[in-house]
Amino acid sequence: MINMEKLFYDLSDKLFNSLLNQEKLLIGIKGEKSQFIRFNQSKVRQSGIIEDAKLELCLINNSRTCSGSFTLSGNINSDELKSFEELSRLRREISGLPRDPFIVLPKNTGSSREIFEGDLLPFDKSVSSLSPSMKGCDLAGIWASGHIYIGNANSSGQRHWFETDSFSLDYSLITLDEKMVKSTYAGNKWNQLEYEKNMSNSISQLHLMERKNKKIKPGEYRTYIAPAGVADIIDMFSWGGVGESSIQQGDSSLCKMRKEAKKMSSCFSLSEDFSSGLVPRFNANGELAPSKLNLISSGNLENTLVSTRTSKEYNVTSNFADENESLRSPAVSPGNLDEDEILKSIDQGIYLSNLHYLNWSDRSGGRVTGMTRYACFWVEGGEIVSPIENMRFDDSIYNFFGDKLESVTNKAHLHPNVGTYDGREVGGVLCPGILLKSFKLTL
Amino acid sequence: MSLSYLKEALSAVDIKADWIGLREVNEVTTWRVIRDGNPQANSRNSDHGIMVEVLSNGQFGYYGSKNTEIKNIQSAAENALKQANIAAQNSIYSFDESARPVSKGNYQTTFSKSVDQISAEKINEILQRAYRQLKINDRIVSASAIAMIVESEINYVSSNGSDISQNFLMVQSEYSAMANKNNIYQRRSDNHCMQIGMEEFDEDVVLTRAHRVGEQALELLDAEECPTETTNLVLSPDQMMLQIHESIGHALEVDRILGDERNYAGWSFVRKDDFGKLKYGSDLMNITFDPSVKNQFACYGFDDGGLRAQKEFIIKDGLLIRGLGGKESQIRSGIDGVANFRSSSWSRAPIDRMANLNLEPGDSSFNDIISSIDRGIYMETNRSWSIDDYRNKFQFGCEYAKLIENGQLTKTLKNPNYRGISTPFWNNLAMVGDQDTFEVHGTPYCGKGEPNQVIRVGHASPICLFNNVEVFGGTN
Repeated sequence: MINMEKLFYDLSDKLFNSLLNQEKLLIGIKGEKSQFIRFNQSKVRQSGIIEDAKLELCLINNSRTCSGSFTLSGNINSDELKSFEELSRLRREISGLPRDPFIVLPKNTGSSREIFEGDLLPFDKSVSSLSPSMKGCDLAGIWASGHIYIGNANSSGQRHWFETDSFSLDYSLITLDEKMVKSTYAGNKWNQLEYEKNMSNSISQLHLMERKNKKIKPGEYRTYIAPAGVADIIDMFSWGGVGESSIQQGDSSLCKMRKEAKKMSSCFSLSEDFSSGLVPRFNANGELAPSKLNLISSGNLENTLVSTRTSKEYNVTSNFADENESLRSPAVSPGNLDEDEILKSIDQGIYLSNLHYLNWSDRSGGRVTGMTRYACFWVEGGEIVSPIENMRFDDSIYNFFGDKLESVTNKAHLHPNVGTYDGREVGGVLCPGILLKSFKLTL
Repeated sequence: MSLSYLKEALSAVDIKADWIGLREVNEVTTWRVIRDGNPQANSRNSDHGIMVEVLSNGQFGYYGSKNTEIKNIQSAAENALKQANIAAQNSIYSFDESARPVSKGNYQTTFSKSVDQISAEKINEILQRAYRQLKINDRIVSASAIAMIVESEINYVSSNGSDISQNFLMVQSEYSAMANKNNIYQRRSDNHCMQIGMEEFDEDVVLTRAHRVGEQALELLDAEECPTETTNLVLSPDQMMLQIHESIGHALEVDRILGDERNYAGWSFVRKDDFGKLKYGSDLMNITFDPSVKNQFACYGFDDGGLRAQKEFIIKDGLLIRGLGGKESQIRSGIDGVANFRSSSWSRAPIDRMANLNLEPGDSSFNDIISSIDRGIYMETNRSWSIDDYRNKFQFGCEYAKLIENGQLTKTLKNPNYRGISTPFWNNLAMVGDQDTFEVHGTPYCGKGEPNQVIRVGHASPICLFNNVEVFGGTN
């Protein structure tokens, strides 16, 4: 098997040694070897393996910058040839580009190397290990498993490498009358018994869905949103939320907090917390973020995510966020509500396990719309009465993280990031559930 | 890599399989971005690899590899075969070679100005000028001019004789401005996604588009809030794009109807026995899958399963007659489909994706439609979208609106939103604009699939009038 770390550093050294005069170079790599098995009706729909790796070069010279990436084949000779061709192309292009006043020059503030070796199912054992527990159910979902690596190096001598093994089975169980329960079993050390227990728990939850649906009318309801649903809302903060540049450009739902001193509930605290080690702390510039950064503390906007480029543009202090200033390892602080007391505390209202397809319906007003999905119930007298039909909500973060937030559960759960648009993601959202005095359902 | 190399690689593969297909994708995406007068990105991403698909014991297995050397393709095929054989022990459907039809041919985007006829320096200059048009005054607090250029080559050969080469040139150009006064922020944008050459960056056209965006962003600062009422709604083609995409396209993807997407994008309210029976919309509703509309974003000659693409009516006079399903879905479901078995890259297996899905023009002029309305709202340009997993309950927001009073467009309105349920909404389609109101739009960002895939789609439409729609404004 090719050692991609060695290949990366060998290529990097050759490229750095070839730099001319004042040229600076940042190099990044991201790659994976993953198995994907797609299930429908607990049977295999599609199955395969993907082996991918990208190398990105970012050249800086004479106050100008440009970048280029290409697929690494793993053959050192052809990859070296492509690397130097790309560097030559960048050199040809850069002189004609406009000056960039906010270039982030590479620095050497220390290097890092983190390798998390897992214990994964062999690719040829996945189907036989996963399938028996699903038998008799209608399951749709995706198995993803394998090896991921991320690295960068710069011409000032800084190097970072992060490598991990991981797996996830993200699945839905579906009843005959199309009610669903959602779960994810994820980790980096496969445990057959734990997997079977996870599946068995999900199957037992399906029984709750067998009761007849209650149709509820649009209106405002006392509502509990479970951690998976809260995680979906927290994801929205990466998109016109906690990024400093989006606030500066008037494109953030948190402009009200910055410019009108708007506050959220004292029960709500959000931070960027890398202490779990699931996500690399270094960004694409090789800068190390603080291990914990409070963003919203007891309802007050304490910090935003600030990239070094943004810090230069708007004269603020960088906290080494990624250039797109999105959350990489978000954590919502737990509160006081005992998880065993959730139904009793709802008394009469709605229990929402998951949300679906969220979008800002009025970003500057902080209003979010989306759907309820999966195991969502009507609760009366502190007990689940029946599942509800899926409803659309449209409400403001300043309501449900503000004066409508009654309490937060006392345990945060990791909602793993199983996204695979730009390769297999790492990490997830760590968050508790929230109990709301009211939540606005509209359709 | 040439098609002949791919054929040589295929003939060198030595495994015992019922079918083998090789799909090589080489795609170069270039981004040029000017934001607030400064360069934000000058980047070029080159993605090259090969998808090796193998059919054995009724099951397809795949291996997508970054290494396109012939000896590696052999190893990839062996691994794909192993995946297929293991999966075949518990597969959802047993396919045969007919799931990969035999096709031969080429496709090439038609354009008048090639990529090398405009330098990086020149595009940056044009985008800088566009920025100056966007920033009309200091109330424009941020503005961007964006160019994305995609050059894509797909070669496909198979053991049953397919031999296809397709070359695409695609451009996204977007001009946007954020205006601010006191605590009011309003964004306006103009986005094109097309198969076109560098003629897209004709400076006069670019500057006219950018100036209009800047002016309308300022106009929105003093606009009234969109009222809350149930009324007549007229949608421009750039919002019809989203309406077609979310409430027709995804609902009719046959893999969703078959349940493949239930854990992610969702299911569909449409069922297999609805085809030929379901009155999806009013008699004015004619929806086509059309891979041949000039400049449209998702034109192609063949899908990634080798099926030749051709225009088909999906909904005719409001009646649902055909699904958006490629060959695999057609075989599994028995529903008539189209050539839409598509993948986002060499590193993903194809699934059912809408491509160009269009509403055919009617016979009403813009003035016919507006003058027929006593009271209503006209909305342009999507800014918010959300719909449930069955593709029923939707809520969409737009950037810009006008009140319609007594047959005239009157006041400008900000924060316009509307919501509805798919088939009642389409059955309230009351007037369809003529060819003069017909515009071609698209987006590069349609997400679906496990593993996830983002793909390009095109939607062309005239303006349309819908009756009895719930509209409302923003928080402010």
